[in-house]
Amino acid sequence: MFAYAVRRIIATIPVMGIVALFVFSLLYIAPGDPAAIIAGDQATPADVERIRASLGLDRPFLVRFLEWLWNVLNGDMGVSIFTNLPVRHMIAQRIEPTLSLMVLTLTFAISFAVPMGVVAAWKQGAWIDRLVMVVAVMGFSVPVFVVGYILAYTFALQLDWFPVQGYTPLSQGIGPWINNLALPAIALGSAFIALLARITRATMLEVLSQDYVRTAKAKGVDQKSILFVHGLKNAAVPIVTIIGLGFAGLIGGAVVTESVFAIPGVGRLVVDAILRRDYPVIQGVVLMFSFVYVIVNLCVDLLYTVFDPRIRY
Amino acid sequence: MKRRRFLATGAAGLALPSYARAQTASTLRFIPQIDLSFLDPHWTTAYVTRNHSYLVFDTLFGQDANFKYTHQMLSGHVVENDDKLWKLTLRDGLLWHDGERVLARDCVASIKRWAKRDAIGDALMNATEELSAPDDKTIQFRLKKPFPLLPDALGKSPSPMCAMMPERIANTDPFKQITEIIGSGPYRYVAAERVQGSRNVYARFEKYQPRPDGALDWTSGPKVAHFERVVWTTIPDAATAAAALQNGEQDWWEYPTADLQPLLRKNPKIRIAFPDPTGGVEMMRPNHLAAPFNNPGVRRAFMHAIDQAEFMQAIVGDDPAMYHTPLGMFCPKTPMASEDGLEPLRGKRDYGKVKEMLKAAGYAGEKTVLMVPTDYVTLKALGDVMADTMARVGINVDYVATDWGSMLQRRNKKEPIEQGGWSGFITGWAGTDHLAPPAHIALRGNGDQAGAWPGWCVSPELERLRMAWFDAPNLAGQQEICRKMQLQAMQDVPYYPLGQYQQPTAYRADLTGMLNGFATFWNVRRG
Repeated sequence: MFAYAVRRIIATIPVMGIVALFVFSLLYIAPGDPAAIIAGDQATPADVERIRASLGLDRPFLVRFLEWLWNVLNGDMGVSIFTNLPVRHMIAQRIEPTLSLMVLTLTFAISFAVPMGVVAAWKQGAWIDRLVMVVAVMGFSVPVFVVGYILAYTFALQLDWFPVQGYTPLSQGIGPWINNLALPAIALGSAFIALLARITRATMLEVLSQDYVRTAKAKGVDQKSILFVHGLKNAAVPIVTIIGLGFAGLIGGAVVTESVFAIPGVGRLVVDAILRRDYPVIQGVVLMFSFVYVIVNLCVDLLYTVFDPRIRY
Repeated sequence: MKRRRFLATGAAGLALPSYARAQTASTLRFIPQIDLSFLDPHWTTAYVTRNHSYLVFDTLFGQDANFKYTHQMLSGHVVENDDKLWKLTLRDGLLWHDGERVLARDCVASIKRWAKRDAIGDALMNATEELSAPDDKTIQFRLKKPFPLLPDALGKSPSPMCAMMPERIANTDPFKQITEIIGSGPYRYVAAERVQGSRNVYARFEKYQPRPDGALDWTSGPKVAHFERVVWTTIPDAATAAAALQNGEQDWWEYPTADLQPLLRKNPKIRIAFPDPTGGVEMMRPNHLAAPFNNPGVRRAFMHAIDQAEFMQAIVGDDPAMYHTPLGMFCPKTPMASEDGLEPLRGKRDYGKVKEMLKAAGYAGEKTVLMVPTDYVTLKALGDVMADTMARVGINVDYVATDWGSMLQRRNKKEPIEQGGWSGFITGWAGTDHLAPPAHIALRGNGDQAGAWPGWCVSPELERLRMAWFDAPNLAGQQEICRKMQLQAMQDVPYYPLGQYQQPTAYRADLTGMLNGFATFWNVRRG
């Protein structure tokens, strides 16, 4: 398995190379000019040209791409056109809030959605099953920013339990950290809970109808063990797959959530960079996300072997 | 951090739901209009950078609410040799944030760098034979011809401001950003605490020497910093910014959006003020190279369709106190403004008549392309009204919804519409940008010469009057020239003025001492 993991990690290099070329090409052909944005509304075309030249944006596509690629391979992701800060530094500054948000969201979503799905499957057709399905439909239907505003209005403005915005680093204490991230995590996790609860329910229903579950029941195994040891473990593979896939969805949702709750994360960084055509930052963040996504998928693949020992790589 | 302490801090944090408010009273928390991307005061015209720069950097002259220029870093100046020799003397005790003395040669280098990025600075340097520092305290301009606007140029608050910085930093290419933010203003920039796109921090500069005299007004007078720290937090979402202000997590929101102002007004803990009477002035710039706006008759006829009140109501609502019409070519209620020649903008609009006027002028249904940057709420609203106005008078309009960056790029195209060209775009300015001709580039008539602003208006008379303004002997002479420029502009129509609106600011009621003008942070205190 170790060799497999190493092979997969090595395989990420060409994947990221293709992603890099794709993103670079896309940005090259997309309208918008960072030099014009920097120069501002008062700028004349001559001003824009001078700035473009000073930024090296007037050089041919291939020269710029190869230079960027060479720098990336040497661990240098370049410098932001706008802020003059190293892209690596900007991502490093922003990664903690985003990772924190995603970890808390995943923790929150898994700890609510999986039991909800299991209970719904166990009590199929009962009121609790219907309630879970209603919650799931609502989670799917209401956009994350609407959930965010409702939560902020209720729990921050009216009840004053949580702050409206901002982020407190974990180094300043777990309490303030959670305090700042609770509402964003609930908002971001709402759709994910819905998805995960439905998948868990559907998979559990299938598992609970299997012969070995009937056998366990006949042997007098208690309900808790049937559900969580025999049932859930066998239903885990599709659930883990959805968690992995959902991670990509969370990256997209984090962009909105970070804007609504003013969290200085990577999501906001990339949105700002796209609006300003800050190419090095866009390229750096997309590369990082693609790497993270590949690694998450690798983790999911490796987790399959834990839940289903028959799977071998 | 030890585990026990970590958990204890965590528990304490959870016990304090509004942890974000647990800031000391000595910190002023501010939400800027947009994110502060650029820190270099000379490098950009972004207003947010100008506001940041006035915290960190100081200027030789200050500007008061009447647009008069007073000494700021200077103790005085003398003018000799038939007004062709200016000697400016620095105040004693001025220090850079790195502890070094402010020297005249630093200021000379700063002026030279700024002048390469500023229109009036460029005019000043064109009139200058030699700019030098004969000693540590004297900045000397030897001019080719008298330039009475020298204090106006060096003290102007419209961006880019003429910020002073150490010589070693000021020697940076003006087309490249400086990397070290060291000024001599009342606050130091704390670069280590910057989170780009989210947070900028300023700490009071203990060794700052405020002017001992002068009236405190706009950027002039003694700048006394009362807060230990000023923290700027970028909150891109307006609803979140409003909630943070209501909740007491932030003290001051620079530009509350029009839709949220009624909500904020209801809150007794929040004040709404209008500190800058110059507000914002909006426009549609036609392309003078492409049909139909290459036809002066069409341009003039379409002026009769512009209902400025309608445009303003689209962005600030129905309250007439929130906007001013008719807007001419200069910022209303400032020295150069007048209402001469604005008759086409007054009275009820008669779109049928305008349609006939357009036809008589030669408009034959040519397609027009109106570029509207939809990522700016205000400009989007103005664009919607403009497209509707054009359609009402029978102009065949293609509404191109785009983003700011793409619009800035496309507007440089001089090609015909079929090849990616354009007919008009919507943009807006701070009122201070339209105080006088030097910085008013939309009023230029220099066609498609190098240095011309997209839209490429050709008007030799506007150019002649602009040059004459620099040589006007006094205020009355300048005002007369501006009056003539406005009359000429109503003939040549370099752009369509769409009205002036008031831009309020919102802050917690316990803040006092805010000055008029754009957001400045000296004199502000709590309680």
